Formats: sequence, structure tokens, C-alpha cells
Amino acid sequence: MSGNPSPSPPPDPEIDDDTKTVIGIAFGNTTSSIAYTTPDGKAEVIANEEGDRQIPTVLSWVGSEEYHGTQAKSHLVRNSKNTVAYFRDFLGKKYSEIDPTNSHNSAHPVDIDGVPSFNLQQGDDETVSTVSINEITTRHLIRLKDSASDFLGRRVTGAVITVPTDFSDTQKEALVAAAKAGELEVLQIIHEPVAAVLAYAARQTPEEQGVDKNILVADLGGTRCDAAVVASRGGMYTILATAHDYGLGGLKLDEVLVDHFSKEFIKKHKVDPRSERSLAKLRLEAEGTKRTLSLGTSATISIESLADGYDFHSTVNRLRYELSAKKVFDQIVSLVENVVKKAELDLLDIGEVILSGGTSHTPKIASRIAALFPESVTVNAPATLATALNPSELSARGAAIQASLIVEFDQEDIEQSTHPAVTVAPHLSHPIGVVIGEDNSFHTILEAQTAVPARRIAQFDVQADGDVIVRICEGIREIVVEKVERQVNGEKDEDDSEDEEDEEDEEEEEERNRVLKVHKVIAEAAIRGAKKGGKVEVTINVSSDLGLNVAARVVGTQIGVRGEVSPEAGSA
Amino acid sequence: MASVKISKPLPALPADWNSESSFIVHAPLSPAVHRNLSPAGPHFLAHARRKRHSRTFSEDDRIQAQQNVKNVEDEDASEISEAESPLLLSRDPKDWKNQDHYAVLGLSKYRYKATDEQIKKAHRKKVLKHHPDKKAAVGAVDDDSFFKCIQKAMEVLSDPVKRRQFDSVDEGANRDPPSKKSKGNFYKGWGLVFESEGRFSRKQPVPKLGDDKSTKADVEEFYNFWYNFDSWRTFEYLDEEVPDDNENRDQKRYIQRKNNASRAKRKTEDTARLRKLVDDALSLDTRIKKFREEEKKLRNAKKDAREAEEKRLAEEARIKAEEEKKRKEEEEAREKAQKADSKKAKEAAKNAVKKNRRVLKGSVKDVNYFVSGNATPALIDSVLGEVDLVIAKIDNEDLQTLAKSLSAAKGADAVKSTWVEAVGELVKKGSAKAEDFKVFAA
Repeated sequence: MSGNPSPSPPPDPEIDDDTKTVIGIAFGNTTSSIAYTTPDGKAEVIANEEGDRQIPTVLSWVGSEEYHGTQAKSHLVRNSKNTVAYFRDFLGKKYSEIDPTNSHNSAHPVDIDGVPSFNLQQGDDETVSTVSINEITTRHLIRLKDSASDFLGRRVTGAVITVPTDFSDTQKEALVAAAKAGELEVLQIIHEPVAAVLAYAARQTPEEQGVDKNILVADLGGTRCDAAVVASRGGMYTILATAHDYGLGGLKLDEVLVDHFSKEFIKKHKVDPRSERSLAKLRLEAEGTKRTLSLGTSATISIESLADGYDFHSTVNRLRYELSAKKVFDQIVSLVENVVKKAELDLLDIGEVILSGGTSHTPKIASRIAALFPESVTVNAPATLATALNPSELSARGAAIQASLIVEFDQEDIEQSTHPAVTVAPHLSHPIGVVIGEDNSFHTILEAQTAVPARRIAQFDVQADGDVIVRICEGIREIVVEKVERQVNGEKDEDDSEDEEDEEDEEEEEERNRVLKVHKVIAEAAIRGAKKGGKVEVTINVSSDLGLNVAARVVGTQIGVRGEVSPEAGSA
Repeated sequence: MASVKISKPLPALPADWNSESSFIVHAPLSPAVHRNLSPAGPHFLAHARRKRHSRTFSEDDRIQAQQNVKNVEDEDASEISEAESPLLLSRDPKDWKNQDHYAVLGLSKYRYKATDEQIKKAHRKKVLKHHPDKKAAVGAVDDDSFFKCIQKAMEVLSDPVKRRQFDSVDEGANRDPPSKKSKGNFYKGWGLVFESEGRFSRKQPVPKLGDDKSTKADVEEFYNFWYNFDSWRTFEYLDEEVPDDNENRDQKRYIQRKNNASRAKRKTEDTARLRKLVDDALSLDTRIKKFREEEKKLRNAKKDAREAEEKRLAEEARIKAEEEKKRKEEEEAREKAQKADSKKAKEAAKNAVKKNRRVLKGSVKDVNYFVSGNATPALIDSVLGEVDLVIAKIDNEDLQTLAKSLSAAKGADAVKSTWVEAVGELVKKGSAKAEDFKVFAA
């Protein structure tokens, strides 16, 4: 009995429509994940009924029974013709546009009026029904939604869904329609790299979020790899460049292990296990072995009756695996280098690296990418940073955070906020800064690629009594290459970089530095009568038409200067 | 926006700075590149807000700050923020039986109405404020007595059974009935009383006292409910403490018995108190009197109506009877007259018929039965027999016309032709047969 004399029944989750419950969904080609935000604003990934946080994007039918996730994935061995996998990228495309390579081991798409569809046995009888990609997607989203609703105990009404940066508008529309068919409102579709950045930004203080830097996001998935350079300026994100490789991913690494084990099996039993069904078994187990190798230095594989009734047990160590997979790693590294080039930046311009996607667990990939950048650059991957978030969960977390930010918005609000009139903004082509120090060096206050209108405040020390000058300049970034005598430190990182550096060991090494120089002076302001030990605060305000507003004042006094630089005619 | 602190100094103003103005513009900014911002993250949403409402940074900062302040205020107002009196803060946690648990958690305006959620929140808030660690950090004396009070209050209020026991004896939630002499609004004063008493009802919702406009059924239901009140109120909270196990067993049982007795006694008293309360309310309730009067009026109205109706009916019956009588008398008179008339007519007709018959028989006799000389008796018989047959068959009117034409006819031939005509007519009418007539046959 309750102390409250009128115990009201708990709100029925089916009826209570006033409260919106929103989640983030990372809809991947290989796996999907769902996340929600706790009342204190932290994003948490939801495990489905089977306890999986990475839910394979696989649906399978046996009779009228529908399987989803890990259960469906295991059907790839026995029931591959009724199992649909890797279908995300088919959504919203015409049959003629899709690449069905990855579907060779599962139900193969067929052309129904240009829409990719699947012929599946879905009933208890032998009849084959045709299911379009849109219906498959709807089923998948419903299963994800139901898992989240079960976990939260409230009916999920809306979601933010992440998609790759190359998802076309028709694909987005198809995704929204598929979600709507499953009674799930898509609040917003955001790009995976931005979601990953958001997931990390959510751990930071507002000050840290405001720090300007270029973030490289490498999204290494199961069937494809994407890379993007995201400019983070005052917490706003602009994608500067993207690169995609549709053949690269975790499956390629699985293939490496499959080949390795197949050879071993042939050596032992003189039987090639690469028949369709054995291969499916081997693939499934090799994936597990790959995961173990990301954590430990060796892993075992054990498959009963792999081929011709022979059982297969074997062990592989990480070094062996990394050597075999070197080609794949090289491709990933070149993808990363490529995207930086595409953004017209230098590797030195990158301030932070985020590795996202399941393949990012591989330590060698993280260390290879980390080797590209100076040591000061954080590489957010489990192998290189102990505090890194789980790379498989980044998209879902980012989506959940975005969902919690816009949950109170109306549909109209969201549409207005994502309208091109708001999102398309002029970005500074050159950094703006002031000249400081004895050597008159350039100090950036507003980075290049900052969206305007923008405002920054900087405080400078005053060294001696007297007058000081605030010289506002546009800067230019140069890469200075210096030849320096290389200190012999070959032994230090012998085991992972000996191949590349053996020949260079004795040579002079190039040291590349990023230097900012004054490009042109915009304005000068004189501040008279500053006291030693005081501080000068400079506020720079750039309006959307590139007008510049400068206010410089000595902190705690009335001394100050204000000035305005009108925009160049026709430049805005 | 927070400012970035840069430790390097600004250069000194060069000696050749000779401008009057302290701000010189050299060149405009380089042209910008248009790019797409990713519509995600809190800072983008701030940007979108500024853009949509075309606010500047400082305007937006100000508006957001105002909104935040408002939100915080709203939150505080909606939550529990009662002042803590020094008396409350200095309570002895050992005296928890007399402690007002709701006041300790700052819920004294909600009391039995406070939801579990409110209690939880209030407790959290109070714990944050009064935790001994926090006090120690501030450097205050190590005094956790109020914290213990908070914990005890939570212990009681978070347990549904204990909370009911406390609610049963929570004096703070009781409302005294308005005194009989006070001129205040009956419904307002007593409504609150019944609302607070209603918290003990097992049956929910409790009917409301209502107001002047309440229907009789509602009022009756209200008093019925209160006279059959089913209360969950218990008085365990006021029990004398039962001594520990190691004490005398008899003593323990004695106290338990005493407690049970006092609980029962209190319960009886409470029932009696409530009964009296309802009696008082009923006696003061002007609606009862109003309803009674209305009923009386209604009953009287009915009676009057019935009497009037009876009177009207009696009058109507009387008028009807008179009319009937009159009508009957008239009818009788008319009938009498009619009878007399018809008798005369009948006699006249009879006479006429006799006379006609005589004429008819006379006519044949006058013409000597249509023969010359003495007529044979057989002939006379047959002629008279046919005349009788005609008389029997002919109706009165035809008889008269026949009699007339016969008296007009002169001579045997004319009389005979008249007879033949009359017989022909009779045969034509179908009242006589042609073969019956020999003499008068055509």
C-alpha cells in the first residue's frame, strides 16, 4: 500500500504520448547500434535482448520466424539464401547502381522495377515472396526500436540516424520513409564522422569544445572505409573533405585470416575448405579470431567438421596476422593520407584523429595512423589512448547526443535549423590573428575555415608600462622543411617500424614544421597607458558579410580602442 | 565565450606611430569560401538560433542567460525550497517520534499528497545540503544530528507501511472544522476538513462536499459516504515502545496488550470523532433544510393539484349527468309523439286499404264479374279469388292507384283492362305469377 492515498497506475507506455523518447541509431552496413542519453546527459549504448551492443545488420527468415542480429548472422552458414546482410548501402538506390559483391554469401538482390529486392521464403510453405530493400530496412529499424523500447521501458518515438557522408538525398529520403513505415520519426540524419566528433566532444568541457582544430575521422567499417577531415571551430563542425573506399574494411581482414587458415588446413588434411558452406563457417569464426587478436597477442580458432568431417583447431599470433594484413593496412593509411590531401591540408594541420568503426580496434591500424602524425596529436583509438571510447559505439553515441539536444524541437524547428540558409555559411579563407612577442610572430585568434559570423576573445600580457600595439593580420600557413641530423633511436620502436626505417637509419631526416606567417595586415590599434602586469583583452568579431569588429581594452580599466573594418565590396 | 589567455606580450607601440587616431584600417579581409556546416552539436544549434532570430553574439548570450536564470528559478520554485527554521535544524534525532518528517524534508505544504518522486528528490536535495562531509569541508563542527533527522524522515516516508502509520497521526495535515459561530463560508471551511479527513478513506476518490448548487443526490451520496466511512487510519505510531527481548517476557506482553488496547481505543475514539464531525456538518448544512423545504413544497403542490383535479372532475360529471337527463326526456317525448302519429297513420292506412279492397271487390261486382246475365258462382269465385290474390300481392301505394283508376273506370271493358294492366304490372315486378291469373290474363 502506498502512502499516497490515491496511487495512480503507472503511465502506460503505449498511451503516454506526451513524453518524447528519442534514441540515436547508427545504421551501419555491417552492424548497427542504438544509444540513449541518461538524464545527466551521458550517452549510453543499449544492448539488445541478446546482449549485443553491436547488432549485426542482418535479418534472416526460417519459415515465418524472423531472426535479427547475431542470431540471423549465424544463419549465413545454414540458411544463407533467406538471410539478408550488408543491405544498408542498397537503400534508396536503383538496382543498376548497387554493388552486390558483399551479398554473394547471403540472399542476392534481384531487380524488381529497378528497386533492389530479395526473394525470400518467409512462410511455412515453400512459397517465395519478394521483399524490397525498403521493407527490409523497415523491419531492421523496427527491431532496433523495439530493443531500445524494451530497454528503456518507454515507447521510442524518434531517432537521430547516422549515415555515411556520401549518402545521397534520395537515400536519405528512402531511409526516412522506411523509418516512418516502422512508426519511427527520424528527427535528423547526421553524418557518421560528425557523430564521432560529437561523441568525443560530449566528454569535454565547453572550453575544450571551443578549441579550434582540424579533426581527422577515419571510419573503418566492415565492408567499407570512409575518412573525413572535420574542421571544429568554436564547437561548430564543417566537413572539409571526405574519402571513401568501398572495398576496404573488416571483411578484407577476415579474408586474410580465412586464407591463412585455409592454407593451414590444406597443409594438414590435403582438403581445400573453401567450399561455400565451409567458407561461411570459416568466415564467421575468423571474425571472432580477428577480434581476439585486437586484444591479445595470439588467438585460436576452432571449428568442428570444417570440411570432409575434419575438425580444425589452430592458433595464430598477432605478428603473423599483421604481416599478412599489411596490404590492407597500407590501403587504410593511404586513404587517410588521401583525405588530408583532398582537404588541401598538410598532415601537420590535423590536430586530432578519431578512429571509428569496428576495424579501429586493430592495434596496428591505430599505430600506423598515429605514426603519420606528430606525437602531440591525439589518436583516439583503444590501442593508442587508454581513455578512448569504444570506436564501434561512436556513431550511435553521437546520434544519441544530437537526439537529446533536439528532442524538444518541433519538426519545423529542425527543418529551419538544417535549412541551407542556416547551414551554408562563409568560412574564412585565412586565419586571423595578432602579431605578438619580441620576434613579431603571428598568433592565430580565428583559424582558417571558421564559419562567420564568429567571435573570439584573447588576453595578452603586458610586459612593461607604456603603449602597446594590437596589429590584426591575416596569416598564412607554410610548411617549413628542415634537414636535421637524425638521432639514432632505431632500437626504440624496432618491432613495429623496422621495415620502413631500416634504410633511412643513417640518413639525414627531414623535419617538417608548420609555421604561420603574416599574410597581410588588416588593421592596427594603439593602446596607450597599459600598466605592467596588466592584461589586454582583444575581442574580434567577424560578421557574416566579413566585416571585422575589433575591440581592445586593458582589463579592469576604461582604456580601450574600438574599430571596424568594412567588408571588401562584393566579397560577401 | 571564454577568452583565450596568451602569455606572450603584445609589442610596444612603435615610435613612429604618428596617427591621431588610435585605429588604422589597412585592408579588408580576404574573400571567404562558402561551405556547409554540419548541422549537429550544441554550438551549431546556438549558431542556428542566432541566425534564425538574427541575433548578434552578445544579444544571444544575454537572452540565453535570462532563459537559464528563469529555468533555474522555475525548477527551484517547482521543487521543495522551504525555509529551515533554527528550531527544526536543532532537533534531536532521538526524538524522531515527535518529528514532523515532512517538515524535515521541506515538504510540509504537500504532506500526505507528496509523491514518492517528490520525496526522493527532496531527500536528495536535503542530503546534498546537510551531508556531514560537506559540513566538515566547510570547517563546521562535526554535527550530523540534522542529517540523522533527514535519514529518519526518509526511512519513514519511503516505506509505504511506515508512511501510512505516520500519516495516520500527522497532526500537520489535520484541518479543524470552522467554529459554529464563525460566519465563514460553510463550503470552504468544511470542504477542507472533509478533504483532509478523506485521506484516510480506503475508497477513493472521496466525494466532494460541493456547493449551493449540488444536487440532492450528490449531497445524499456525500453524507452516506461519510456515515459509512471506511478508514485505514491506524495508531501504531503512538505505541509505547516494546522493550527488548532480554527484558521480562510478561512485561513485554503486558505492554503489547496495552498498546493493542490503546490502538483500539484510539480507533473507536477516532470513529466517534468523525461521526460527530459529520453530524455537525449535517446540522449546519443549509442545503438539507433547503431540500426538505423543497420536498414539502413539492408534496403540497401535488396535493393541491390532485384536489383541484378532483373538483374539476366532479363538476364535469355533474354537468354531463344533467345533459344526459335532459337529452333522455326529450327523446321520450319525441318517441311518444311519434308513436301516436304512427298509430293514426296505421289506422288510416288500414282504413284506406280496407276501403280500396272494398273498391277493388266492388269494381268486379259492379261490372257483374265481366259477364252479362247471372254469373255462375264458380265464375264469381274465380274472379274474386284472383282479386284476393292481387290484393295479397299488391302493396299499399299501388293498391291506392289501382283503387283510384278502378273507381274512375266506367264499364266492364275499362275495369277489366285496368285489372289486366295491374296484374301485368304485378307480374312484371315479379310479385305474382302470370299463370295464376285466368280472368285478368292479358
